[in-house]
Amino acid sequence: MSFSWMAWTWPTAAFFGTIFLLLCGMAVWEYASPGGNPRIGVLRFETTRGDRLFLSLLGSAFIHLAWLGLVGPNLWWALALSVVYAIGVFRYV
Amino acid sequence: MGRTWNNKAWFMVLPVLLLVAFSAIIPLMTVVNYSVQDTFGNNVFFWAGAEWFEEILHSDRFWEAMGRNLVFSAIILVIEIPLGIFIALNMPKKGWGVPVCLVLMALPLLIPWNVVGTIWQVFGRVDIGLLGYTLRALGFDYNYVNDPFDAWITVIVMDVWHWTSLVVLLCYAGLVSIPDAYYQAAKIDGASRWAIFRYIQLPKMNRVLLIAVLLRFMDSFMIYTEPFVVTGGGPGNTTTFLSIDLVKLAIGEFNLGEAAAMSIIYFLIVMLLSWVFYTVMTAYDAER
Amino acid sequence: MARLDETTANERTLMRQTPATAEAQTANAALARKMRRRGEESRFWWLVPTIYIIFLMLPIYWLVNMSFKTNQEILGAFSLWPRNPTLANYAVIFNDPSWYRGYINSIIYVVMNTVISVAVALPAAYAFSRYRFLGDKHLFFWLLTNRMAPPAVFALPFFQLYSAFGLIDTHIAVALAHCLFNVPLAVWILEGFMSGVPKEIDETAYIDGYSFPRFFLRIFMPLIASGVGVACFFCFMFSWVELLIARTLTTTAAKPIAAIMTRTVSASGLDWGVLAAAGVLTILPGALVIWFVRNYIAKGFALGRV
Repeated sequence: MSFSWMAWTWPTAAFFGTIFLLLCGMAVWEYASPGGNPRIGVLRFETTRGDRLFLSLLGSAFIHLAWLGLVGPNLWWALALSVVYAIGVFRYV
Repeated sequence: MGRTWNNKAWFMVLPVLLLVAFSAIIPLMTVVNYSVQDTFGNNVFFWAGAEWFEEILHSDRFWEAMGRNLVFSAIILVIEIPLGIFIALNMPKKGWGVPVCLVLMALPLLIPWNVVGTIWQVFGRVDIGLLGYTLRALGFDYNYVNDPFDAWITVIVMDVWHWTSLVVLLCYAGLVSIPDAYYQAAKIDGASRWAIFRYIQLPKMNRVLLIAVLLRFMDSFMIYTEPFVVTGGGPGNTTTFLSIDLVKLAIGEFNLGEAAAMSIIYFLIVMLLSWVFYTVMTAYDAER
Repeated sequence: MARLDETTANERTLMRQTPATAEAQTANAALARKMRRRGEESRFWWLVPTIYIIFLMLPIYWLVNMSFKTNQEILGAFSLWPRNPTLANYAVIFNDPSWYRGYINSIIYVVMNTVISVAVALPAAYAFSRYRFLGDKHLFFWLLTNRMAPPAVFALPFFQLYSAFGLIDTHIAVALAHCLFNVPLAVWILEGFMSGVPKEIDETAYIDGYSFPRFFLRIFMPLIASGVGVACFFCFMFSWVELLIARTLTTTAAKPIAAIMTRTVSASGLDWGVLAAAGVLTILPGALVIWFVRNYIAKGFALGRV
């Protein structure tokens, strides 16, 4: 049984590694201060920090796609924008 | 909710987690890996970066399929939701008619999707199908094989045939939960038929309607088998929806990179919609 | 918001006007029913469901009609019912292994899938309905995304994945692949049913000294028996109706009936009668068991959320 068909590359491995570490980080954070800090932000319904992480990641994906489609191939700017967006989500949502 | 906090519950969820992770996460990782590479077969891959995504986002073919799919979903919702409500309102409330109606109406939901396609493929044929033959006899120039408009009509009528019952059953489930006393009160107040619908029945159906709209949207957004069997995506590309296009790209043309990039965009949209579904659902449950 | 206010207003009127005695209540209810029958509900209410059911039954009738005709009759004179009813089409299917093997293959993987899905979903649904734990909401949501995911996205990686394990063209491959959407479905449906069972029952059983497995099998399972039945039915159904993944993962030995039918359609020189008979036979399993789940069918399709 070989897994060469999965065609791993360093960048994608790093990507999934980061996601995995983020999830672990969230679990530790939750363990340290349980409850997920629920609050009602600009979206008018209750979110926990897990929801905020999900919104940040999903939003970042769409920001990257929009950047590729509308602006150009330089994704570092999209990444920077995503970080700003993620901070916004964690601060206000 | 009164549920106790117990992290040992994780062990009960573990089998599901492993099973679904095997079927969902490994394929998803593979798709992500493919989407940034190019291949000529034999598991030899070349780094391509975001090129496939750029290509997809700038390809007319993708946006046309997306557009067709959105138009299709919109038409489906506009027809099926009001029709479903209307039929549910006229369903018998008690007696032998109830189980008969429920069973007969649910029947199309349980037919294998490709058989649904086959049924309509045959039914619409102008030489041997009842629908096509009758339309021809009435003087319509109906032919779903050559005429894009007729093909669309056929696919839409097929979907209405296949899935309206879902809306009916959901609305009916909402309607029967309204206590008799509500109608009684409305009667005493002298409420009109419309007022009863607007202020008693519709609010009670809110939740089920929401489920119906979201489910119908999601399922019509990933429709594959039925139109594929009836029209094969044709004539030309006029009934090629997202899933049909994706399968064509991935398995027909074996264009792994582009298909993977398209899968990811498709999946992200579905994730967003699922999230809306879930959030709205839980918000409703919390209100109750 | 206005609508909600009005509903509550209605409820308030109701409270004021409902007489206290049970007797008067039943009398009032009967009156209301009578008035309703005479009033807004016109005498022709039955027309709508009847027309709708005729619309639903016509294409199915046409398929059944064709399955009893010979090919010459189908392609020859147009007739609304078979002039010379024949069972020859069904005989072809039951005598040709390449046809009836398809049904056997489908049933094998569908049953495997149903057993696996419901077996793993039972404890998970219990956990979701009774406990809060780290990441429960997100896990539940993640399951939902798998039910909502387009099978087309997974067709290609599934082929690669099951090839790597050497499972292509086996029943277990299709059964496992269908778990992708059936396990979430089963968890959601069962969770819906389990949440309807009061928690006090669990607690009383534990106080009475029941161990968890004994409690689950002896007390809890009978209480949610209908839920398990419904979950099984829906797993069976959704595995039975799916074609794309089943077709991708099989070549000959485990090829489902649905895929065999599409092959016949695309080949030249169609045998319409046999195709129709094969179609009718795929409808039968659903038609046979639908009676038992008629009251839960809305709940099943709505992922246990009605």
